Amino acid sequence: MTNDERTTYAYLCIGCPLGCRLEVDEDSHGDIVEIRGSSCRKGDRYAEQEHTDPRRGVTTTVAIDGGLWPRLPVKTSGEIPKDRVLAACEVLRRVRIEAPVEMGDVIVHDLLGTGCDVVATRDMARMT
Amino acid sequence: MIDDRPHVLLPNYDVVVAGGGPAGLGAAVAAREAGAERVLVVDREAEAGGILLQCIHSGFGLHHLGEELTGPEYAQRILENALDDGVDVLTNAYLLDIDNDQNLKLLSADHGVAILDTEATVLAMGARERTRAAIRIPGRRPAGIFTAGAAQRLVNLNGVLPGRRVVILGSGDIGLIMARRLTLEGVEVAGVFELMPHANGLSRNIVQCLHDFDIPLHLSTTVVEIHGRDRIDKVTVAPVDAQMKPVLDKAWDVPCDTLLVSVGLIPENELSRELRLRLDPVTSGPIVSSTMETSRDGVFACGNVVHIHDLVDFVSAEAELAGGHAGRFALGARPPHDNVRLQPGKNVAYCVPHTVTTDQPHTVYMRVRKPLEKSMLRLRDAEGDIVHERRLRYVVPAEMVTLKLRPGVLDGFQGDALQVEVVPR
Repeated sequence: MTNDERTTYAYLCIGCPLGCRLEVDEDSHGDIVEIRGSSCRKGDRYAEQEHTDPRRGVTTTVAIDGGLWPRLPVKTSGEIPKDRVLAACEVLRRVRIEAPVEMGDVIVHDLLGTGCDVVATRDMARMT
Repeated sequence: MIDDRPHVLLPNYDVVVAGGGPAGLGAAVAAREAGAERVLVVDREAEAGGILLQCIHSGFGLHHLGEELTGPEYAQRILENALDDGVDVLTNAYLLDIDNDQNLKLLSADHGVAILDTEATVLAMGARERTRAAIRIPGRRPAGIFTAGAAQRLVNLNGVLPGRRVVILGSGDIGLIMARRLTLEGVEVAGVFELMPHANGLSRNIVQCLHDFDIPLHLSTTVVEIHGRDRIDKVTVAPVDAQMKPVLDKAWDVPCDTLLVSVGLIPENELSRELRLRLDPVTSGPIVSSTMETSRDGVFACGNVVHIHDLVDFVSAEAELAGGHAGRFALGARPPHDNVRLQPGKNVAYCVPHTVTTDQPHTVYMRVRKPLEKSMLRLRDAEGDIVHERRLRYVVPAEMVTLKLRPGVLDGFQGDALQVEVVPR
């Protein structure tokens, strides 16, 4: 086995407006051997994170009864693995709660075992 | 978040603010902090907060508040701030008219038609979306064509999906955000089509809204015809040549039941026109001085009503400036007039403010016409001599360029106008 068998993966850096086209080379063991195309350290770190464990914060809405609007905006309390994002939204599409709610209230605990909660991103008073 | 305290309307105010979005709320707080006692914000919606309330995604506040918030969180933060500071917020109300003596006519659900007198006014009405009509797409006129912001309101506030298979025209940030939003709600996004050879949104939105969900982005391509009888059933798209003319023999059809247009914002200046304020034909907003005062004494403006901002953080900074000066104006302050005009030069579409002084620090916002890799921002006098220059790393039309002018920078300058240019290094 030689270390010369490299696979290259491409990413677009989101660290700043420059939008550097990053390339990550992986050897046959799946280890990163080189990161190219960045113009700063932030870009290198982003490429490594994005290559090994891409994560995203999720924002969506859940159904709410008794408030000014029929939807309550929510977010995950941290970033969840990117490949769980769509599954997370499917769970949240089935959630229905009652007003009143305060910003920061936990709507779903430990979403899909990710360790992240889903919290309200605004107050929604009960309409009388 | 709804301000349901019984609302007493006074016959006169120090500062009245038209619009309760981030610009208006920020200006009202700054006016209070500058010493104005009676400050009223008038908003047409049932709750103040503006467009942020429907922008449920994250990315707000990094510059201004030092943390990343969602739109509703940012809105609630600044509304609570305003109410704590003693600002009066009147919702379900419109400002109908302002006369030359700053008598305001407003229409309110609680008070009917009311006439108020104010010492100073801040215009913070924000912007409206350009529509299908504004860009003249040919074809039929079926149902299913929305602006991206209207769809955003339907989905995020009303809980109604606009359709099942969506085409998005325009790669501005709102269009990109909606591509992701609809995907997360189980709607199929067939593609994003952009007339220009470059995307108009921030690169982070290209990655996180399109790449993450394998949504195709077609650059130099536009919608050339809309089909469908009652409901839209497909669009014809075609690549454009270097002159932006569609190449029709290369056109193809994309089946869809919904078309979102995300083709830019226009400052909302009905009131400004009624006041006969001088408007800048490039920004479509009022011409403002370094205190954010319009061509009429005591009438200030800030936020998207002046020019379209890419980040709410810049709106908040501008609102502090406008509100602070409006508050001081209400108390009788009349700072000396600006003595230098800023004129957009090479590759600069516009500058805000339009005038500055030589002895005060200023933040000047500008937008370039063309992207440049390595560039130089230069201020030149009437003879073409360089008065000040700064290296810029990278500029694109989608991102505002900010120039901080410190006092002293213009010390040796004797003229009354400066050309502002952003050119290759």
